[in-house]
Amino acid sequence: MDFLRKNPSVLWFLAILAVFTLAVTLMAPGTGSGAISTSFVKTLGKTLCLAMVALAMDLVWGYAGILSLGHMAFFAIGGYMIGMWQMYARTEEIVITSLAQSPIPPTATEIHQGIASQIFGVVGSSHMPEIWYFAHSLPAQLALVVLVPALLALVFGWLAFRSRVAGVYLSILTQAMTLALALWLFQNDSGLRGNNGLSGLQNIPGLGKVAQETLSVWFFWASALALALAYLLLAWVVSGKFGSVIRAIRDDEQRVRFLGYPVEGFKLFVFALTAVIAGIGGALYYPQAGIINPAELAPIASIYLAVWVAIGGRGRLYGAVMGAVIVSLLSSWFTGGRVPDVPLGFATIHWVDWWQVLLGLAFVLVTLFAPRGLGGLVDLVTGLHPPRRHGAALGPDSGSLQEREAQE
Amino acid sequence: MNSLLEVSGVSVSFDGFRAINNLSFQIGPAELRAVIGPNGAGKTTFMDIVTGKTRPDAGRVLFGEKSISLLKRSEAEIARIGVGRKFQRPTVFEDQTVTDNLMMALKAARGPWKVLFWRPGAAEHARVRELAARVGLAEALARKSGELSHGQKQWLEIGMLLAQEPRLLLVDEPAAGMTLAEREQTTAMLVDLAKTRAVVVVEHDMEFVRRLGCKVTVLHEGSVLAEGSIDHVTADPRVIEVYLGR
Ligand SMILES: Nc1ncnc2c1ncn2[C@@H]1O[C@H](COP(=O)(O)OP(=O)(O)OP(=O)(O)O)[C@@H](O)[C@H]1O
Ligand SMILES: [Mg+2]
Repeated sequence: MDFLRKNPSVLWFLAILAVFTLAVTLMAPGTGSGAISTSFVKTLGKTLCLAMVALAMDLVWGYAGILSLGHMAFFAIGGYMIGMWQMYARTEEIVITSLAQSPIPPTATEIHQGIASQIFGVVGSSHMPEIWYFAHSLPAQLALVVLVPALLALVFGWLAFRSRVAGVYLSILTQAMTLALALWLFQNDSGLRGNNGLSGLQNIPGLGKVAQETLSVWFFWASALALALAYLLLAWVVSGKFGSVIRAIRDDEQRVRFLGYPVEGFKLFVFALTAVIAGIGGALYYPQAGIINPAELAPIASIYLAVWVAIGGRGRLYGAVMGAVIVSLLSSWFTGGRVPDVPLGFATIHWVDWWQVLLGLAFVLVTLFAPRGLGGLVDLVTGLHPPRRHGAALGPDSGSLQEREAQE
Repeated sequence: MNSLLEVSGVSVSFDGFRAINNLSFQIGPAELRAVIGPNGAGKTTFMDIVTGKTRPDAGRVLFGEKSISLLKRSEAEIARIGVGRKFQRPTVFEDQTVTDNLMMALKAARGPWKVLFWRPGAAEHARVRELAARVGLAEALARKSGELSHGQKQWLEIGMLLAQEPRLLLVDEPAAGMTLAEREQTTAMLVDLAKTRAVVVVEHDMEFVRRLGCKVTVLHEGSVLAEGSIDHVTADPRVIEVYLGR
């Protein structure tokens, strides 16, 4: 494989991911020694999904230079789409079992009615909204996991890129999109249970007999596989002329237009592709989280995503994964309340609160002093070899790096 | 007369200021033309109009045998039709290698899907090597273009324009900031280019224009003041007054 030979980092990444997956499998309660808990297996599985959306963010921001602050919205949409099927099918199982006790066999309408009042009782409704039309069908909802983010990204991107909205204005627009979507979902008559969101997603319809400790490992495997495939796909996408063109768009889009490339078409393509990857990530994440509600679409979530990618090092795929994995695991450790408080006499550092400050500080420091991010650490190792001129892309603002390289 | 580019009666104003005023201009399919004029004469704006960056308020811009109008088209479309442009300051993609820069410019399908599946073959690599050799960058193929000297960047950009295979080349101040030796090489390159296509060179430096040895168009306040050989226009009293006398 020519592609793998030219991109040795892909093989490294896949090998590390494989070893990690094996290690978790051997330690998980469902398949191994039980050295780690089921909930920790879920945390790790979720982390892999976050790494996936970070990859998407890196393509759209690190490579194409579009600072989207809305990709977590696509992630959440993926979660909602799979969650709808899960809730519907699970409730259907329950309703059928309970109606089976009655002397007359229930009609299809009665079952449908039963499901609707079970699901929407919390928002004071008992009829099934139109947008649940396909909820009974797993294949249909799986298709929607891909189609809804793609369509939303295409429409939004077409409007924004066509009028040449770029830079900070585009970032604000993506935040507005996220906020609008969240506010809509918060309403009870959005048809997605308002602020209750969708719950009980850890139970997979038809797999009621499978214990959570086993299920958690299955989802972990699926997340690892999805991450591996996303990595392969994106590494392939950026390896050729397409990668060249989007990096060129990042650095000087007007010049790319004069080369004859339809810049808006490329941006739209990247925006939609990454929205789809984010959606798939979300569809794997929320069954492991167990619940999704509109708070997941908070604009801040997408900003965090950008922070992960910046800390990890944008413009190289493994950097994004490193950023997402390290920062999100640290974050759940600090906010988990198990880190001892630091008494300073005049005040006490509660990590649950102070973690945000620490993260913000790390972001500022990385931006100022290490534009290559954590991914730059890899350079320290590979730097022992002669410089690879075909090396990974630099971030948009790392002019100093190029000068240093020029002296080599 | 069959011209490749025909600009007629073009005007454009910026906030009431007429940068281009009823400008008409023609160039043949394989012709070298120098455009000179004082600062603010509208030379760059003229290129902006032809390449679709600026929309004129009035006038026509026709291109090719079929006289396609360039006015309603996007920059990318105009580039694909066959107009290449070199900017005043060198703009190459500094973060990418000389090879990457040339590959990107190489004439090929430009749509996202086509580009995604495009992989360079032996023919493309050979063409890139040939282009690099032509602009004196054969040894620098694997270097990041940000590491090149100013003059080398200018040549890389000319190489990229060659790779695009345009029928009309608009070159804005190619010799700015170049050493004497680099200037001479650039002159030779442009003269050579104009054998197979139309080349419009905007330049301030009279000596450089003289060495090009081609027809000269003098712009002043957005319209053509004089046209002809370098000796003809430099003898024109109006040209001396607005441009050379200062
Ligand atoms: N986008 C713009 N908005 C407002 N004014 C503009 C714009 N572009 C050009 N101008 C004005 O139009 C006039 C012509 O500018 P242009 O850049 O075409 O001159 P030029 O002949 O290329 O000059 P130079 O030799 O300095 O490059 C100038 O007075 C300039 O200030
Ligand atoms: Mg100019």
